[in-house]
Amino acid sequence: MVANESTKRNILSLLVDNKPGVLSRVAGFFSGRGFNIDSLCVSETTDPLVSRITLVAMGDMAILEQIKKQLNKLINVIKVMDFTDTEFVQRETALIKVRAKVNQRAEILRMVDIFRAKVVDVASEYYTIEITGDEGKLSAFLRLLKPLGIKEIARTGVVALAREKK
Amino acid sequence: MDTIFGYPGGATVDIYNELVKTEIGHITVRHEQGAVHAADGYARASGKVGVCLVTSGPGATNTVSGIASAFMDSIPVVVLTGQVPTSLIGNDAFQEVDIVGITRPCTKHNYLVKDVRELSQTVREAFFIARSGRPGPVLVDLPKDVIQSRATYKTIKEVRLRSYNPTYEPNAKQLPKVVKLIRESTRPVILAGGGVILSGASDALRKFAKKIQSPVTATLMGLGGFPASHPLWLGMIGMHGTYRANMASGECDLLIAIGARFDDRVTGRTDTFARGAKIVHIDIDPTSIRKNVPVAIPIVGDCKITLEKLNKILEQEDLGDFKKIRRPWFRQIEKWKATQPLAYHQEDMIKPQFVIEKLYEVTKGKAIITTEVGQNQMWAAQFYKFDYPNCFITSGGLGCMGFGFPAALGAQIACPGKLVVDVAGDASIQMNIQEMATAVQYNLPVKIVVLNNGYMGMVRQWQQLFYEKRYACTEMEAAPDFVKLAEAYGAVGLRATRPEEVEQVLNKGMSTKKPVIMDFVVEREECVYPMVPAGSPITEMLLV
Repeated sequence: MVANESTKRNILSLLVDNKPGVLSRVAGFFSGRGFNIDSLCVSETTDPLVSRITLVAMGDMAILEQIKKQLNKLINVIKVMDFTDTEFVQRETALIKVRAKVNQRAEILRMVDIFRAKVVDVASEYYTIEITGDEGKLSAFLRLLKPLGIKEIARTGVVALAREKK
Repeated sequence: MDTIFGYPGGATVDIYNELVKTEIGHITVRHEQGAVHAADGYARASGKVGVCLVTSGPGATNTVSGIASAFMDSIPVVVLTGQVPTSLIGNDAFQEVDIVGITRPCTKHNYLVKDVRELSQTVREAFFIARSGRPGPVLVDLPKDVIQSRATYKTIKEVRLRSYNPTYEPNAKQLPKVVKLIRESTRPVILAGGGVILSGASDALRKFAKKIQSPVTATLMGLGGFPASHPLWLGMIGMHGTYRANMASGECDLLIAIGARFDDRVTGRTDTFARGAKIVHIDIDPTSIRKNVPVAIPIVGDCKITLEKLNKILEQEDLGDFKKIRRPWFRQIEKWKATQPLAYHQEDMIKPQFVIEKLYEVTKGKAIITTEVGQNQMWAAQFYKFDYPNCFITSGGLGCMGFGFPAALGAQIACPGKLVVDVAGDASIQMNIQEMATAVQYNLPVKIVVLNNGYMGMVRQWQQLFYEKRYACTEMEAAPDFVKLAEAYGAVGLRATRPEEVEQVLNKGMSTKKPVIMDFVVEREECVYPMVPAGSPITEMLLV
């Protein structure tokens, strides 16, 4: 999607019925308009009948406004929250499989320490690192690891909650 | 609900086996698309939920156009589809299709029932969702093993869904703001949409318009929501709206839209639409508001409840002499009306507009009119004066050719004593002509007026006006003899080829107690005017 002035990164948090087909209904509003969903995370809430969908999409604000209204209209959607331009906490976890040659291991472990990440699996040639943080932290970490050779990445996608009033 | 429109098949044969033991009537159509359109026509004419029942696979896919049409026009329809047994779902079983997936974007909601214990609750919910809030079609997919299993029926008194709560009551704070704008306005226009008819708001609207002395226009879907014989009536707005309605919408200083969604065929170019006006938008669906045009005062609520509340406030206010204040505005509207009335020139050939005018006279304006889609639809909308709600039944949003005839059958079932007429073109009538067998089987005396010009007329009109008269593939070079066709089905066929025969054929057709096709051989290259070219401001019209 071509970015212009009215295009923004939007984080939506939806409370939905925990039922089959609900994700497809939600995703359909984006695909039907040719919007890409950049990340998506779905899980049960404290109420087993309710799931939370956290969704990141780039898009024109006016169209997203319309999508939000229409999501609200879906029978299975209980609540739509838009975290764009509000106070919220966001986290994402990534598992990164990085090449770890003997002479580079110390350097990798130093970075892991600085970023408060964790090595969760060690093989002869590779470390698998777990890191949690906001988008900025994750991309900075990945940028530093990249020259060493990243074999695979799995990211959870953003999860977010609104900040309570202090 | 007293009647189901449907077509049996392998996956639904068990339901049919039980259905015949009940009091519920069943109309066996000849194509599943016809079943949904008929249920749609039934719903519009009666105000009740229309129901249809079809089998899995092709039975289900054939309903999609009908569902999409009901969805665009907010018509309460429940579609029950058979499905392969749950154990076979996803196996590419015979006559299997994921109809819940297919219809997800064109239903208000849909269900796959996987356990018979959920069945009664689901069916209740389906009817509740279909008719409440902004109505719409709901599909319930019923696997064969679920249909065949037994369970104890539980009565459900009330359906409650925590995530679905339509707003009927308008926000009370908004109403005085509307009254203030009405007071300040010298050039108001009321725009009535299909929501006026769906919510039964026409009486309240008449009172409101009279009280504030505002002229009224309507969208295609809103026709009949305000009486066309009323002195405040402007005619339809939009691409083929009247000159005065479009000009008034362009020049007004206040536009009160009620149950309308500012479709592109209504607004033309949106950035020039009602440019100098403050817009008040009353709609039960919040997603309709500010979707296409900026709105000064949004009101989410039921049209009828909102208008009644506004009327109550207005009764208590001293509004001054609106008639006097608005005199220059009405004078201007009269001028527009006088310079550019809806017109056509009757020559040697029958003009289609003339047929509709005569139809109005012969039926005394009291028929239920359904239409196909295209020129026939626009001429019916322009030249038949609709004084009553629920009497104009057309596929407005989707523009689904083949809609009118099956919809007429549904309307006739809902209103057995009424005259039901389908205004059709020679192209669109052939899209669901097979339903003539249904009409004959159930003795539904629906009348079809075919405006026969041997073309797909509206596309031909675009080709004439915008594509250098290159009539690419729009000529119906072969067509059935509609008189013989009617007779082949056991119905009655009549034909008029000269203007002087029109009235006689209509009179004969209307007094026949059988389904009738009246074939009017009309001027081949007649165009619908006024016409706003797509994407132009609606004040810039091509005129006769």
